[in-house]
Amino acid sequence: MRVTVVGAGPSGLYLAILLKKADPGHEITVLERNAPDATFGWGVVFSEETLGALRDADYPSYLEITDSFARWTSIDIRYRGRVLRSSGHTFSAIRRTHLLDILQRRARSLGVSLRFGVEVSPAELSTADQVDLVVAADGANSTLRRTGSFGTSSTPQGCKYVWFGTDLVLDAFTFIFAPTDAGLFQVHAYPFDEHTSTFIVETTEATWRRAGLDQMSEEDSMAFCAELFARDLAGHRLMSNRSIWLDFPLVRNTHWHGRTEVGNVVLLGDAAHTAHFSIGSGTKLAMEDAIALANSFVRQPGDLEAALVDYELERQPVVERFQQAAGDSAAYFGRVESYLGLAPIQFAFNLLTRSGRISHANLTQRDPQLVRVLDAWFAADAAGTDRIRPGEVAAPPMFAPLRLGGLTVRNRFVRAGGDPVAAAGTGAGLVLTGFVAVSEDGRTTPSCPLLDESWAPLVERVHAAGALAGVRLGHAGRRGAVRESGVDVPLREGWPLLSASPLPYAPFCAVPAEMTEADMDRVRAEFVAAAERAAVAGFDVLELDLADGYLLASFLSPLSNRRTDVHGAERTRFPLSVVDAVRAVWPADRVLAARLTATDWAPGGLTVADGVEHARVVAAHGIDLVHVRAGHSSAASRPEYRRGYLTALSDRIRTEAGVPTLVGGYLTTPDEVNTALAAGRADLCLFDPPPTPLEASL
Amino acid sequence: MSGVKVGIGLPNTVPGTSGALLVEWARRADTGPFATVAVLDRLVYDSIEPFAALSAAAAVTSRVRLATNIAIGPLRAPAVLAKQALAVDALSDGRFTLGLGVGARRDDYEAAGVDRRTRGAVLSEQLAFLRGRLDASGIGPARPPVELLVGGSSGAAFARMARYADGYAHGGGPPRAFGSAAARARAAWRDLDRPGDPRLWGQGYLALGDPDRGRAYLRDYYAFTGPFAEKIAAGALTSARAVKDFVRGYEAEGCDELILYPTVADLDDLDRLAEAVG
Repeated sequence: MRVTVVGAGPSGLYLAILLKKADPGHEITVLERNAPDATFGWGVVFSEETLGALRDADYPSYLEITDSFARWTSIDIRYRGRVLRSSGHTFSAIRRTHLLDILQRRARSLGVSLRFGVEVSPAELSTADQVDLVVAADGANSTLRRTGSFGTSSTPQGCKYVWFGTDLVLDAFTFIFAPTDAGLFQVHAYPFDEHTSTFIVETTEATWRRAGLDQMSEEDSMAFCAELFARDLAGHRLMSNRSIWLDFPLVRNTHWHGRTEVGNVVLLGDAAHTAHFSIGSGTKLAMEDAIALANSFVRQPGDLEAALVDYELERQPVVERFQQAAGDSAAYFGRVESYLGLAPIQFAFNLLTRSGRISHANLTQRDPQLVRVLDAWFAADAAGTDRIRPGEVAAPPMFAPLRLGGLTVRNRFVRAGGDPVAAAGTGAGLVLTGFVAVSEDGRTTPSCPLLDESWAPLVERVHAAGALAGVRLGHAGRRGAVRESGVDVPLREGWPLLSASPLPYAPFCAVPAEMTEADMDRVRAEFVAAAERAAVAGFDVLELDLADGYLLASFLSPLSNRRTDVHGAERTRFPLSVVDAVRAVWPADRVLAARLTATDWAPGGLTVADGVEHARVVAAHGIDLVHVRAGHSSAASRPEYRRGYLTALSDRIRTEAGVPTLVGGYLTTPDEVNTALAAGRADLCLFDPPPTPLEASL
Repeated sequence: MSGVKVGIGLPNTVPGTSGALLVEWARRADTGPFATVAVLDRLVYDSIEPFAALSAAAAVTSRVRLATNIAIGPLRAPAVLAKQALAVDALSDGRFTLGLGVGARRDDYEAAGVDRRTRGAVLSEQLAFLRGRLDASGIGPARPPVELLVGGSSGAAFARMARYADGYAHGGGPPRAFGSAAARARAAWRDLDRPGDPRLWGQGYLALGDPDRGRAYLRDYYAFTGPFAEKIAAGALTSARAVKDFVRGYEAEGCDELILYPTVADLDDLDRLAEAVG
């Protein structure tokens, strides 16, 4: 086979090595436009898992690489003048030029032809001697990629960042958070040999402009950073290597191989995909690509097309997972300024769990001390103190009580719907009823319960089981008069519906009447009367349903509120008047909660920023707890049901609106609950464990 | 929890399948260890129409459930689709499960003269019709509600499933892929406040007697997916051992009903499967 590799970065060189090793008869040429010792960036990071793959793929280069590694096991978080160290992590890093030198020598010794300082145009490639395969290993801005249609997208992701070196030798992966008048700057730094560390400075574009960095020369901006982090650098200097402020390009391709004017082209490394630098996986993914591609030729001997398909199918799902985690991590650093109010230990845990790859349970394995202290701090904080004693041990966060309004919930997990008494028996601190209507015409289905006298004995039994009882009170609005089977399937003979605007909710649903002021007065009075009955019944928590497209929600969303009167101009007006009226009669020492839409997940609908603003406003009107919901303002909303899909929204609302939150989203394990609580993403979690045969086999 | 039921596909999309073979396949499946006989749906292909195939199967079976898994809903007008579904349900005396999805092929939509861009909304409307409006439409025979499954992998598809259907029809893949889709289906179910859990159906392909011929069929059937045809072909179950592992894997992920489709219209493959899962 004759192969031309364009780009002598780690992935291109490593592929050349592996192909030549597999069959010395292959003719492999690597073309690189730069000189052999020119490079950008400083050190690159590897995980243990990658090292295993490198060892199996090519032992001689593995030995050389690991011989010159910097290795460490800690992550330092410098925040509010303190250093929090988390241990038990494993990292290794190497100077990028040194890695390239090892790979170049290894490639040459195997008989790979390396040509540096040659810029080859696609036209030259296509007229050159016929090769079987051209490998585009020419980076995120690949020119070769432009010769074909790979379904490429490249969009800026995350913050502005600049990549320095420093002669400060760190002994941990180090995050530094430095608030300034212009805004927050953060550093990602790690050692890569005995003399040098990588030192990446990052900030939002807004802060970057406010600080005047958009106007500064390369030298001035380095001086700015050196001064800002003078204390952390402790007399050491920053070093530039074409260190200019950059946007990180998120590169994706729907196809990783195809025929173009230059022949069969396959994308490798950054040319195929990028993953935000804050999870340190770019070089790792690139070298794993090389291993997978080389292996696919072994698995599919003599069939180039099959081998390329094999490579793409193996790598795409892996890369997608990393891009998802990298996207979460990039987004975290884009909004980290909003977490500066968190206590240091919680800030640290929130940082460590930002991309979903570390949880409370697996951090317990890596760093049991940190988690013990975290749990003890959480319990102390829940008890209203921030001091813990040396050696203190506490139950995990889901068992910490929560003070809310004038009440104390015995723990942090909540069950909703179904039989409240059975739910209380599972140990939950709070049990919530399903949808209870304020009036007959506010029901969903004909069997939808009303707030009548029948609830008091039930509440008593929930209390007897040790839980608090909450009632979810709502008016179905345009989602009313539906059948028991399925959802939003209208009855043959329904009842008149009300909504903000006369728009049916789903196919064949009745057109609701646009509410008049008189309707609003009547419905508000119904909410008040129902709240009074709920108080008499003994409920501890009243949860007003302002979400999921029901009546009050229909006013909040522009998808369902098309009014031209004052309620169109001020969509919160009627729902807030209901909140005010209910708060006025609901006992001050009991909890008033609201189910609230964080985003409509639909074009033209409420965004997360709108959701945060609504949370802020309802909190100002006396709501003690926001139950975070999303979607369903319209039946055409597009929810994303990935694991913990509501938790990130709860995080935004809790952090940015400063209001306690309850979140669900099919949290099925105590670990998910503990992680969300300990990271400060929610105050209460709906816990929904699936049934297991183990319970029946006791 | 334990106890995934295994069903077998009719070879209605394997080119060249005769009426006699299709009927004999159904008859033998009815006596075997299978819970269900199911069919796939393609318009622009050498295949037998799914409702017609199940009607033939209904005539020679008395025990197994009959299922479309899935039929491409939007290719049919809602009333016509309802009529076909009621017919199969009546002919089988209530043994019918209607699985619907939007399908994946452009040419099917072009051939049917249906706008593909609104397929999701059209499917929602069909489901709303089947669940509600149908009973006042005069379209008969009047039947108790037919069990409905919905397929698809987008968030909107899961929401549609939870809004209207009784369960979820997964499109195939290794047990882990099924498990991740099943978690989304359950999340959607909770999200829409449905009580209990959705029924979860999975599927896979068999190529027991002649793996090469089976894989060649899959490459052809899925040629429109580009590189994925190769992956689907590679995933075909070619031994009794592979079948058992696959069934166990799906069971562990909470699958209620697993349909295994033939890739070669050879009754020996049905017998081999019966032996493997019996």
